[in-house]
Amino acid sequence: MTEPPHDDNDRPRDGERGGPPYEERGGPRNEERGGPPKDEHGGPQRGAHGGPPRDEQRDGGRHARRDGGRRRRKRRGEQTVVPEPEFTSYYGKPILNTPGWKPLNIGGYFFLGGLAGAGSVLAAGARLTGRPVTARAMKISATVSIAGSAAALIHDLGRPARFGNMLRVLKPTSPMSVGSWLLAAYGPLSGIAAASDVTGLLPRTGDAATCGAALLGPAVATYTAVLAADTAVPAWHDGYRELPFVFAGSATAAAAGTALMTGPLRENSPARYAALFGTALETAARHRMESRLGMVAETYRTGTAGRLMRSAEALTVGGALTAAVAGGRSRLLAAVSGAALVAGSVCTRLGVFHAGRAAMADPKYTVVPQRERLRAREEAAYGRQRRSDVAPS
Amino acid sequence: MTTETRPDARPSPAGATGTREVTATEERVGFFTDTSVCIGCKACEVACKEWNAIPEDGMELTGMSYDNSQGLGASTWRHVAFIEQSKPVVPKVPHSTDADDGPDVFALAAQGSGSSELRWLMSSDVCKHCTHAACLDVCPTGSLFRTEFGTVVVQEDICNGCGYCVPACPYGVIEQRPDDGRAFKCTLCYDRLGAGQTPACAKACPTESIQFGPLDELRERAAARVEELHRAGVPDARLYGHDPDDGVGGDGAFFLLLDEPEVYGLPPDPVVTTRDLPAMWKHAGAAALTLLGGIAAAFAAGRTPGHHRPGRSLPR
Ligand code: SF4
Ligand code: SF4
Repeated sequence: MTEPPHDDNDRPRDGERGGPPYEERGGPRNEERGGPPKDEHGGPQRGAHGGPPRDEQRDGGRHARRDGGRRRRKRRGEQTVVPEPEFTSYYGKPILNTPGWKPLNIGGYFFLGGLAGAGSVLAAGARLTGRPVTARAMKISATVSIAGSAAALIHDLGRPARFGNMLRVLKPTSPMSVGSWLLAAYGPLSGIAAASDVTGLLPRTGDAATCGAALLGPAVATYTAVLAADTAVPAWHDGYRELPFVFAGSATAAAAGTALMTGPLRENSPARYAALFGTALETAARHRMESRLGMVAETYRTGTAGRLMRSAEALTVGGALTAAVAGGRSRLLAAVSGAALVAGSVCTRLGVFHAGRAAMADPKYTVVPQRERLRAREEAAYGRQRRSDVAPS
Repeated sequence: MTTETRPDARPSPAGATGTREVTATEERVGFFTDTSVCIGCKACEVACKEWNAIPEDGMELTGMSYDNSQGLGASTWRHVAFIEQSKPVVPKVPHSTDADDGPDVFALAAQGSGSSELRWLMSSDVCKHCTHAACLDVCPTGSLFRTEFGTVVVQEDICNGCGYCVPACPYGVIEQRPDDGRAFKCTLCYDRLGAGQTPACAKACPTESIQFGPLDELRERAAARVEELHRAGVPDARLYGHDPDDGVGGDGAFFLLLDEPEVYGLPPDPVVTTRDLPAMWKHAGAAALTLLGGIAAAFAAGRTPGHHRPGRSLPR
């Protein structure tokens, strides 16, 4: 900050022609719940989350407009373990705009893409290791899913008739563009693989398509994580390292679940291992992501997203363990655990979607991390200066 | 179409690939909005609506001071923010109320209104026409493009309403129109620029709070203005979005503010999301390989299927 020392006596009203002296009104910017002033010098409230106040005395009296609405909903006397971060906003209005994305469309687009992509890998594995029933089922499920995924995406467009414009250009900076091209390549491969298997026609072409789909499948399952992360939404963007692993794990679990539901007992051993692997990957990545996200992790723990993520974990872990223990013996338990895995994956995708929504709706998830980033930068610069001041002596 | 960038543009963090950059045939222009002289007349909002024929998007009395348009969106391309603040000359004395039982009226009364100075901030917000514009980077159709003036514009006839640009914008500017589905935002009056005219908002602004011109010139003017205000005893004055080294490579429309950006509803440290895109793809690639490897391992670990087909046994 390059503010020169200020002079309280001499400060003119802002805007020189400043409005009439304004009676303080009880608008939403007031501290709804009153309470003691949070910091002595009345600077922008940086208390709980804000670390030490800056050295220089900030000019006083800034009004912190904290989100009154959200706070009021909290019951009085409720103990919050983590103190609410202090931040300023414009009447609690979100900083980010929210797209018209529908949860089922986008959640479905993520989920079905994952189911298809990982399913193609399972299909190829089953084909190569002589598990024909599973192979056929996974090829069909991949084809149906990818068609559903594309349909969900198209349905979500403001102008569905213009879907073709997605393939107007190829832009590596746009994961949605890359994804559309990926779907355009993967969809037909997956369709050919399924069609050839079902009809018995062109078996060689079918096998080649199966392998091709299996190679593109993992990309189909994970690019959607980049799609979400390549936004200004803190819950998604700041999780960009882990989100692809969450999606990869979730996709594997969903595909393994489908294999468990459709494959005979004698074929389902790899699916059970895959279910364990997918679950472990998803769970580990998600916990790592939440611990890295700091206060933004709240968006994954509270509200709709929190409920979905908890359900996801219960269903996925429960499904994978049931499959591991009993999925090789009981056809019924295999199917039940498979269904739980699929449902868990749906919950994960919807949960991630809703966490993003929550992060868009509340300015605190934008302001607080950015403020922290700025302060860290300032402190680093200050520290450097201190060191260079001390060094010569 | 060419991938040539303007001479003043720094290399795009996500690489220039695919992003339609047009060779500069004109100087890069922009806005400098000096909020210290804004009187909150909303002439800019009205002029923008009128010139661009933007539909009505709801009439609501919000109680947010004089602000009833609430924020930038599909049908609000200029938005005047109103902030009422009390800035006590004497710092508030902390008092020891322990519970959340409302404001301590006695303490407030004792403090009196005489100890506080009231001020009213007004600021006309607009699309920042970022040097590294996330909206443009992520648009899958190429509907968003960089004009010859260095501004960022949506082509209504190409946009398919995917909505991706909306969460990508770190400032919450662009938005889909609910009944239309497509995304809309400030064009910096592309049509007027083409005809050598000043954008409608700047033209309408009676106090020259909104200044339009070549960006370099505006930056110099802004630096001088901030100096002037500091000398006049307004230490709060600061520029926002003027720095070509910030997270978005500098804004084509930047501001002089009198308080922290978030007070005006602006993000304090915006970063173009595509700056991390190469790292994102790398992580996604690793995740994809993990998926492939994990499932391959599952097959390796899985038991040989069908005891009745001993001929097809596989290594365990
Ligand atoms: S402010 Fe938002 S909408 Fe405007 S150019 Fe920058 S990213 Fe795009
Ligand atoms: S909504 Fe339109 S302008 Fe925005 S990213 Fe999609 S196609 Fe591009």
